[in-house]
Amino acid sequence: MSFEVVIGLEVHCQLRTRSKLFSSAPVRFGGAPNTSVVPLDIALPGTLPVLNGAAVELAIRAALATHCTIHERSIFARKNYFYPDLPKGYQISQYEQPLATGGYVELAASEGAARRIRLTRIHMEEDAGKSVHDGSASDTLIDLNRAGIPLIEIVSEPDLRSAAEAAEYLRKLREIVRAVGASDADMEKGQFRCDANVSLRRAGATTLGTRTEIKNLNSFRFVEAAIEREVQRQAELLESGGAIVQATLGYDAERDRLGVMRVKENADDYRYFPDPDLIPVVISAARIEAIRAALPELADARARRFAAQYALAPRDAALIAADRALSAWFEAAAKQPAQPKSVANWLLRDVLAALRERDAEIEHVKLAPESFAALVKLAEDGAITAKNARALLAELLWTGGDPASAIAERGLAAVSDAGALGAVADEVIAANAKAVASFRAGDEKSLNFLMGQVMRRTQGKADPAAVREILSRKLGGDEGVTP
Amino acid sequence: MSARTEPLGTLSELRAALDAGAVTSVQLAERALARGAELDARFRALLFPRRERALEEAAAADVRRARGEARSVLDGVPLAIKDCIVQAGEPATAASRILSGYVSPFDASAVARLRAAGAVIVARTNMDEFAMGSSTAHSCYGPARNPWDPERSPGGSSGGSAAAVAAGIVPLALGSDTGGSVRQPAALCGITGMKPTYGRVSRYGLIAFASSLEGIGTFGRSAADCAALLDAIAGHDPADSTSLPEPPPRASASLTGDVSGLRIGIPRDVLALPGASPAVVERVLAAADVLARAGAKLVDVELPHMRYGIAAYYLIATAEASSNLARFDGVRYGLRAHAPGGVTEMIEATRSEGFGAEVKRRVLLGTYVLSAGYYDAYYRKAQRVRTLLRRDFERAFAACELIAMPTSPEVAFRFDAKADALSEYLADVFTVPANLAGVPAISLPCGVARPEGGGSELPVGLQLLGRPLEDAAVLRAADAFQRLTEHHLRRPAP
Repeated sequence: MSFEVVIGLEVHCQLRTRSKLFSSAPVRFGGAPNTSVVPLDIALPGTLPVLNGAAVELAIRAALATHCTIHERSIFARKNYFYPDLPKGYQISQYEQPLATGGYVELAASEGAARRIRLTRIHMEEDAGKSVHDGSASDTLIDLNRAGIPLIEIVSEPDLRSAAEAAEYLRKLREIVRAVGASDADMEKGQFRCDANVSLRRAGATTLGTRTEIKNLNSFRFVEAAIEREVQRQAELLESGGAIVQATLGYDAERDRLGVMRVKENADDYRYFPDPDLIPVVISAARIEAIRAALPELADARARRFAAQYALAPRDAALIAADRALSAWFEAAAKQPAQPKSVANWLLRDVLAALRERDAEIEHVKLAPESFAALVKLAEDGAITAKNARALLAELLWTGGDPASAIAERGLAAVSDAGALGAVADEVIAANAKAVASFRAGDEKSLNFLMGQVMRRTQGKADPAAVREILSRKLGGDEGVTP
Repeated sequence: MSARTEPLGTLSELRAALDAGAVTSVQLAERALARGAELDARFRALLFPRRERALEEAAAADVRRARGEARSVLDGVPLAIKDCIVQAGEPATAASRILSGYVSPFDASAVARLRAAGAVIVARTNMDEFAMGSSTAHSCYGPARNPWDPERSPGGSSGGSAAAVAAGIVPLALGSDTGGSVRQPAALCGITGMKPTYGRVSRYGLIAFASSLEGIGTFGRSAADCAALLDAIAGHDPADSTSLPEPPPRASASLTGDVSGLRIGIPRDVLALPGASPAVVERVLAAADVLARAGAKLVDVELPHMRYGIAAYYLIATAEASSNLARFDGVRYGLRAHAPGGVTEMIEATRSEGFGAEVKRRVLLGTYVLSAGYYDAYYRKAQRVRTLLRRDFERAFAACELIAMPTSPEVAFRFDAKADALSEYLADVFTVPANLAGVPAISLPCGVARPEGGGSELPVGLQLLGRPLEDAAVLRAADAFQRLTEHHLRRPAP
């Protein structure tokens, strides 16, 4: 049986404000428990919420950057439920009239057109506190530092079709909210986390299957792994004739296992109603336009610009443009005399591989982009062989330095001089009679062996194209071989 | 068992005595506290007297006055505040067991303004638990009683504040009015009580019952005293998002005594509603005639949706209450009950032990009203009624500046007369519309009447409702009436 995977994500993203959504308490990470709280955050009797205007501005930025429609009037509502780390017994969120609806996030396609993942809505809400179980005691401790921190919830349509695509969507979304300064989206600090709704249906079916919700995934790796697990579980269950039970699941990353948190018999009843302590959020069209005008260039627009301005393949342009810091580094390098296309190739192939290997970001690289471009140019011009240039790059990335002097110091300049290479070729031909014979008998591979011998004798500095040409000429050409 | 300490006078009398040097603020605070203590067993009006700090504050006020640095007309004047309005360093329990032991670390904005004006808060006042009730019988401290007849209710929920002013313990008090909780006890205790326009006085520091309906209100023995108290606490407050941005009314300055040309709407359809005592309606119409003789013009108006007010009010108020009271869970402050099991069991036990029967009833009702599948039928429909009622007022106020009607359908009732919740709810028929529409309204004495079952005469309250923001107009008419009549001077036996 073949199934189609259907995934929708609800992403909780912390807005980058100095104080909380409805109180003056500072937003800090890692403070001692219950130190970032004022009376409102403890829900002391008589306290009232006052909306933080900065949070609204950041939420609007995120909504504009994802092509949403911003509503001129939105309403805060109370989501009522009892939980010890929810001080008021309700969370202030938005329900019937959210801040924004109907945007999308574009994913680069490996072939064909880019895929649009539609957004249902973006609304503002406050975070809850944290229950701490300290093992030793039977008591549960409550830390309210996080209570009231401003979040936006970004809800996607069930448009994602694989775990990998879900992770890609998340990466893209994270890059967008960071690019517009709406959020630092530091996943290790819980500033960007998601719930994944997963269901399967027979290929070609149009109705949705029963879904499960995996709660609180806080890394790209976990998102992908947890969804993979759940897809596998659902597929096995359906194939064996079983039925999916609607449930909320938790993912145990350490053991790569899903556990049922609770089974949903009916839809949860949060008794939403408009919060009478707050007035409607009214945003004028002029304010929306002013915020839009001040937005920085976004990844999609940047990708289109890179493709046009530097003649890059759309896929390459998108890969670089997706990361703001990487884009800046690329543009600094592309201004140099080297071909921008070569700079992009070297960047995508060698620099990104080096970053992945060290699990590092472009900010950690010591090599100046201008020097990187200079090295690419030297390789382009044949002043150093590609192989040596790559080895040198892998080193200079983490130390910095001027490529030309490094080449000179280490004697890595390419040897393409016909006279010098001819002499080495003669030596190799003389010393490898067997290989020469099999080449002449029609074994083309023997030429590669002989080339390797020349490269070895020149410590890899020989220009491979020149070597091939000289060897071919000496072995099969008019000149013949000097015995 | 009458009190040894003489009742205190009105604000204007006390002000004059203070300024003449005939009495000190310390003496006034002493007298208020002494009289409160002497009458405690009879009326149970005051809670948590703060003797030491009040006397310190009064002494400071005496020093200021001696230096000619009195801060306001309220400087050095003793007053009391309802137990649901928080004051830094003082208990704030809303007369509920669930807040036993709770002390607020901050001042309500209204309290901060009173303190800045130099007023001396001597105590808190008894009330229906979380302001839910019209009798002050639903208090965890036992009922407050009516100074005119201790067998009868002072009204509620601000019954303690009303009884304290009526009994001459304090000249002024703060209450809160969610559906009539200032005006109805004022009527039943024969004093003046004002509910300002919604948002006039900051709700910051008012323990919430029904946020969209309620506000802090003022009690005094005259409209002029209420105006002085309102002037001290009114005005925009950035800590309350629903607080009005408009400048405060400066009510005291607008008490001219002039009602000539004022149009007063008489809603005949409302007066004919079942339950209104004929004697009460008769006094109210007679009071309107007094104003007419002084130059006001009586016009007929209609408020056709007022008959749905009680139903809409109890749906909206209980819905908001079910959410507002969710924070009382035993986790962070107040009562925590011990129960076997986990945190859910602890929360259940705390709320079961901590809330009284009336609060539980309303939380259950409100939870039901907001439940999936019932929201549209109840909450949304009630909001529609609210809109229709607002339009009724808009239409009526196109033809008049004020509307007159009774405050309470009857005079003070015996505690045993409201044994079932519904009859207590129905007693709010004339007061809830002002809360649903957010308009200012005042209750002032307009005579006395015998209760239906017989007995000695008891005060009747006239209610005057005004256009939104026209708090000063309401107070001006009430003050004019009190310049023409002596009903407000009538006092219960000392």
